[in-house]
Amino acid sequence: MTDEQETSEPRFEAVAEPAQPAPLAEAVAADVPLLRIDGVVKNFGGFRAVDRLSLDIEAGEFFALLGPSGCGKTTLLRMLAGFETPDEGRILLDGWDIAKLLPHERPVNMMFQNYALFPHLSVRDNIAFGLKRAGMEAADIAARVAEMVALVKLDGLENRKPDQLSGGQKQRVALARALARRPRILLLDEPLAALDKKLRESTQAELMELQRRLGMTFIIVTHDQDEAMTVASRIGVMDRGRLEQVAAPRVLYEAPASRWIAEFVGDINVFEGEVASREIGRLVIATRDAGTIVVAEPRQPVAKDKVAVAVRPEKVKLARRGPAADDAAHAHAINRLEGVVTDVGYLGGFTTYRVKLDSGAVLRSSMANTARIDIDAYSPSHRVVAWFTPDDCLVLEP
Amino acid sequence: MSARRLFARPARSAAIAPYLWMVLFFLVPFGFVLKISLSQTAVAQPPYLPVFDLTEGFAAIKAAFAALSLDNYRLLVSDNLYILSYLRSLTVAAVSTAILLLIGYPIAYAMARLPPRWQGIAMMLVIVPFWTSFLIRIYAWINILQHDGLLNQILLALHLVSAPVVWLSTDSAMYLGIVYSYLPFMILPLYATLAKMDPALSEAANDLGASPQQTFWLVTFPLSLPGVGAGCLLCFIPIVGEFVIPDLLAGSNSLMIGQTLWLEFFTNKDWPVAAAVAVVLLVLLVAPLVLYDRLQRRQLEAER
Repeated sequence: MTDEQETSEPRFEAVAEPAQPAPLAEAVAADVPLLRIDGVVKNFGGFRAVDRLSLDIEAGEFFALLGPSGCGKTTLLRMLAGFETPDEGRILLDGWDIAKLLPHERPVNMMFQNYALFPHLSVRDNIAFGLKRAGMEAADIAARVAEMVALVKLDGLENRKPDQLSGGQKQRVALARALARRPRILLLDEPLAALDKKLRESTQAELMELQRRLGMTFIIVTHDQDEAMTVASRIGVMDRGRLEQVAAPRVLYEAPASRWIAEFVGDINVFEGEVASREIGRLVIATRDAGTIVVAEPRQPVAKDKVAVAVRPEKVKLARRGPAADDAAHAHAINRLEGVVTDVGYLGGFTTYRVKLDSGAVLRSSMANTARIDIDAYSPSHRVVAWFTPDDCLVLEP
Repeated sequence: MSARRLFARPARSAAIAPYLWMVLFFLVPFGFVLKISLSQTAVAQPPYLPVFDLTEGFAAIKAAFAALSLDNYRLLVSDNLYILSYLRSLTVAAVSTAILLLIGYPIAYAMARLPPRWQGIAMMLVIVPFWTSFLIRIYAWINILQHDGLLNQILLALHLVSAPVVWLSTDSAMYLGIVYSYLPFMILPLYATLAKMDPALSEAANDLGASPQQTFWLVTFPLSLPGVGAGCLLCFIPIVGEFVIPDLLAGSNSLMIGQTLWLEFFTNKDWPVAAAVAVVLLVLLVAPLVLYDRLQRRQLEAER
């Protein structure tokens, strides 16, 4: 199987080029992104699902649209597929406005959330469906189907009907069917939501591998931030029809653009306060619940005095006495908060702690279990010092 | 298995209740009809011979069995009247079912695509006419279709015709009546199939390059075939045996088998021939019934 795949791989990529609809010469020549979403608006009755949204996606990207349910991410994806028409704005593919094109006229394919496999057709006919519509020769269709079957490792199942397949196999058929036409962009609508955790993780890895190998552009919609962080090279976080931030997973996590994103992506401790003094490269912030916290001055100057200090739980270390006091250069720069452990959650790879500070506020910490036998584990009612460095803190608008 | 064990648990006796019902109210009466169809007509009470009388002993019963014959069935095959009646019934049922499908499918399709709260209203509109007696609705059609009826008045008022058209006692009137009466039986199974079809399926077809028309013929229609089958059989089977509508709306020059049966039974008082007509009709309808059953089972398996 692997031999076959390896030999078929270069052939696949070689054929991929001419199969794509030839865009205008000028569009290729100019510096045009593969996909440009320009001021798109979509209303459903009085509800604005997508609100003047603009976004560029380059060829070869694995882009994730992440957001809570109802944020408009699925509506945006459906507008890219052609199932919804924008009320305003343009959707440019290779410089062409496709906003008004019907779904069957777009060189874009979608993998549906529940796969939407045709129950009356075999695996082979499901994959061949789009190829037949494109008017391909029977021999070419057979070759392409065989190629797709090998690509998603479905060999031997060509004659099965969808109801004779497992969830993971259905997912592969759906993927093969959507890839068979070699779309300019593959849209994935919560493609792994129906799979169990283990299968989901291995499928995520396969999706990434596939995307790299085919050099295709994938846009995935998901509400699962772990999934978005794992597979995507860039993530657009949506809320109430707008893009709140578009960034690489690491930037999104370590430098969120707003308090909302900081709280939506991962866990975070937030303390509101006021800037007490500004030093070179540092800000001293007086918080209500956590005393004075020294933070590194962010690149964006902090204009207002009222701010929120945020620190991720894994950046908060616990100690019985706090870091060694002899390192005087660091000692005064490190933030120390004292409190009592109230809850301990052992999760295998790491343990989460809730520490009740003396002010009454709760601070969350999570520490990796790097040793099998941990003599330093904390239990509820232990008094601890929680500490973190100024660089670990984020300064956000409250 | 002893009877005591069979009825040991209430669940068991509940399980055989439907079979008991079938035996008591279907098999036993059918046995009577079958027996009568093998008898000869007679001026007597009951109007046929032989009559089984258990009090006269074994020899008499044996003689009665010997007197049974297939003569009535031979008559059905030899006389054109019956064959033509059967053929007409099957033709009328087939044509009506085809018209019903052509009218019912678009209605069911449109209903299934309505927003959910309108679907309930549409469903009511289909069902509500059933709350009026079937006979009253057919008599209403007589009123509408008669010489000075509503239809002719409208046509005359619109100057579409210059003289009243004869509608009543024609095949057109009969087909109109049948289609009108049976439409819900076609729409409801079709609607049920179409409404539960995942809309993502037609979107997927669209996405893969199928035009709306191709999407319908390649995905929606094939997937609705169980509903089409159910609707067609649900209409075809009772229409074959239909009596009231052809009797009230059609002309008298050709009879459907239900009418022939009625004539044999009530006018000719020939119970044995009427019974034979009924038995043959039943046998003719068993084929589509078995087909219907198969379809249902296949659909159940598909949903499993």
